[in-house]
Amino acid sequence: MADIVLDGVTKRYDDGSTAVRDLDISIADHELLILVGPSGCGKSTTLNMIAGLENITDGELRISGKRMNERAPRDRDIAMVFQSYALYPHMSVAENMAFPLKLAGVDKATIKNKVEHTAEILELTAYLNRKPGHLSGGQRQRVAMGRAIVRSPQAFLMDEPLSNLDAKLRVQMRTAIARLQKSLGTTMVYVTHDQIEAMTLGDRIALMLRGVVQQIGSPQELYEQPANLFVAGFIGSPAMNFFTGEVVDNTVSTVIGNIPLPDKHRRALEAHLSGTREVVVGLRPEAFEDAALVGDRTHGATFTQCVDIMESVGSAKFAYLNLASTDRPSRITELDEETGADEVFRDSQLVAQLDSRSPAQESEDLQLWFNPSDMILFEPEHGRNLLIED
Amino acid sequence: MTTGQAVTGSKIRWSAINLIVVFFAITPVLWIVSLSLKQPSTFTDGSFIPRKITFDNYLGIFRTGGFARPLLNSIGIGLISTAIAIVLGVFAAYAIARLNFPGRRVMLGASLLIAMFPQVSLVTPLFQIERSLHLFNTWPGLILPYVTFTLPLTIYTLSAFFREIPWELEKAAKMDGATPFQAFRHVIVPLAVPGVVTATILAFIQCWNDFLFAIALTSSDSARTAPAAISFFTGASQFEDPTGSIAAAAVVITIPIVIFVLVFQSRIVSGLTSGAVKG
Repeated sequence: MADIVLDGVTKRYDDGSTAVRDLDISIADHELLILVGPSGCGKSTTLNMIAGLENITDGELRISGKRMNERAPRDRDIAMVFQSYALYPHMSVAENMAFPLKLAGVDKATIKNKVEHTAEILELTAYLNRKPGHLSGGQRQRVAMGRAIVRSPQAFLMDEPLSNLDAKLRVQMRTAIARLQKSLGTTMVYVTHDQIEAMTLGDRIALMLRGVVQQIGSPQELYEQPANLFVAGFIGSPAMNFFTGEVVDNTVSTVIGNIPLPDKHRRALEAHLSGTREVVVGLRPEAFEDAALVGDRTHGATFTQCVDIMESVGSAKFAYLNLASTDRPSRITELDEETGADEVFRDSQLVAQLDSRSPAQESEDLQLWFNPSDMILFEPEHGRNLLIED
Repeated sequence: MTTGQAVTGSKIRWSAINLIVVFFAITPVLWIVSLSLKQPSTFTDGSFIPRKITFDNYLGIFRTGGFARPLLNSIGIGLISTAIAIVLGVFAAYAIARLNFPGRRVMLGASLLIAMFPQVSLVTPLFQIERSLHLFNTWPGLILPYVTFTLPLTIYTLSAFFREIPWELEKAAKMDGATPFQAFRHVIVPLAVPGVVTATILAFIQCWNDFLFAIALTSSDSARTAPAAISFFTGASQFEDPTGSIAAAAVVITIPIVIFVLVFQSRIVSGLTSGAVKG
């Protein structure tokens, strides 16, 4: 059991590129922290630095209050599960799980007990004598987990442990890992690029981009109060809709019409802007509803547009509407290029999540309703959320 | 129907080609075996199968020809050279495959260069050097050049094998509490066994078959290896043809190679790393 503190941790490579910049994260004892971000954001590098597989260029890593920078991985008492599982192919399942104990010089009887106990927790008892080559993907994943938990380390590090599993198994194992972590009470750092995995699994999420943490908070905080455009676009599926808007008096004029600014927004803007100014308006697909299904429309705004494509997922419907082409916020174009997330920030298209009872049809006009207080306003230059007080 | 016939047709064609190739390759070997079993007077009788089988040639090379000592030299020098080359090669290949140090590519290139160097051009300098170092006509005098020339081969073969082993296995071993050497010993080496076996066979065959160094760097039976010794065979008198003895010796020196390959071949298990990652 341990807390992990990253204090101004920086990773610079010999060629001068910086993978992780000035990272400050403190992970409490028993906590499950998720590191999430697009590929190349430095999340795996961060994990490897905690593990000791990569050197820390600058800053300090403390586990249970002790400086770890110079310690070899074996002296840090942490276990890691790799994306590829990295099972030793020449050893049986039992030998794989016994390996860390054997290296630690534990006596044979204790090793046998612990391996059997762990195998029981992970339902691997029947496979103890098999070689990894004869196991399914899910079983291999569990062996990798077993090898990590068998020696009761201070902390677990998970490097995308589920990304090689098929979708159904991934959901099952996600729950299993969360349950295991709760029951063992061991601190865990979990790296993933999948925002749904991050949202469902974590106590707290640290969202990274280009080696810098964009926001740390509970899944709900990241969803409701994203610190900037990137966080807003990354969290949520389908992604948030963005359009440029111009603030004039008490309204913001956008491609979907002039939206009256709610009090909260007006007050926040007053602190930041004066007179006319450009903002980026963000609205989640979930904020919209088919106007025909909304009884009380007093608090909302509406607009009508032709439906391009309808998708149904059973419990809900997604309507894709083409908007009049506008200049996309330059900051968003920039983010697209950095993250390669062309899908995330759709070009002049709006996605609305509708109730499954909605009668909306493709290539017909649809009136959409939304509540302006669901709107999030961002500063176009740096992408900062204007609704969050500094 | 037609496809079935086509399959049979191609089968027959391939079988015929294979038979020709095998026949072409094995005829000289059978011929040497046949010669070694003939009596000296019947060498030129033109019959492929000996009319009367005799083991006199075999008995002769060991009894009077003194072939036992060169054979022992060959086995000893071959095994020691191979062992040294493999141990050094395993470490060097691991370093080249896994560690990032300056001049890594140069090392590999240099070792390849050594392997391709015409050995003939080195014989005279080596002869002079070994004479002044008193290594001439000794076991170390042959082991040294053999290690030099087998090492590039083993490094090259083994580094290819090491590269195949997933990096993450080593990281996992480190996380499991292994020192770098423990990770190497418990995880990397067992997985590299097929590579080590392959390299061992190749290195041993190279040492065993060498003729050039063996003839140039030895002067007596104290270090002369079997292939070199054969060239010194003479008949019992200057009028006697040593063909029978040469044939018998040639058969004898192929036997250890066959045994060596058969023993180790079963250890070459391909795809040993399957199941390590993904799948």
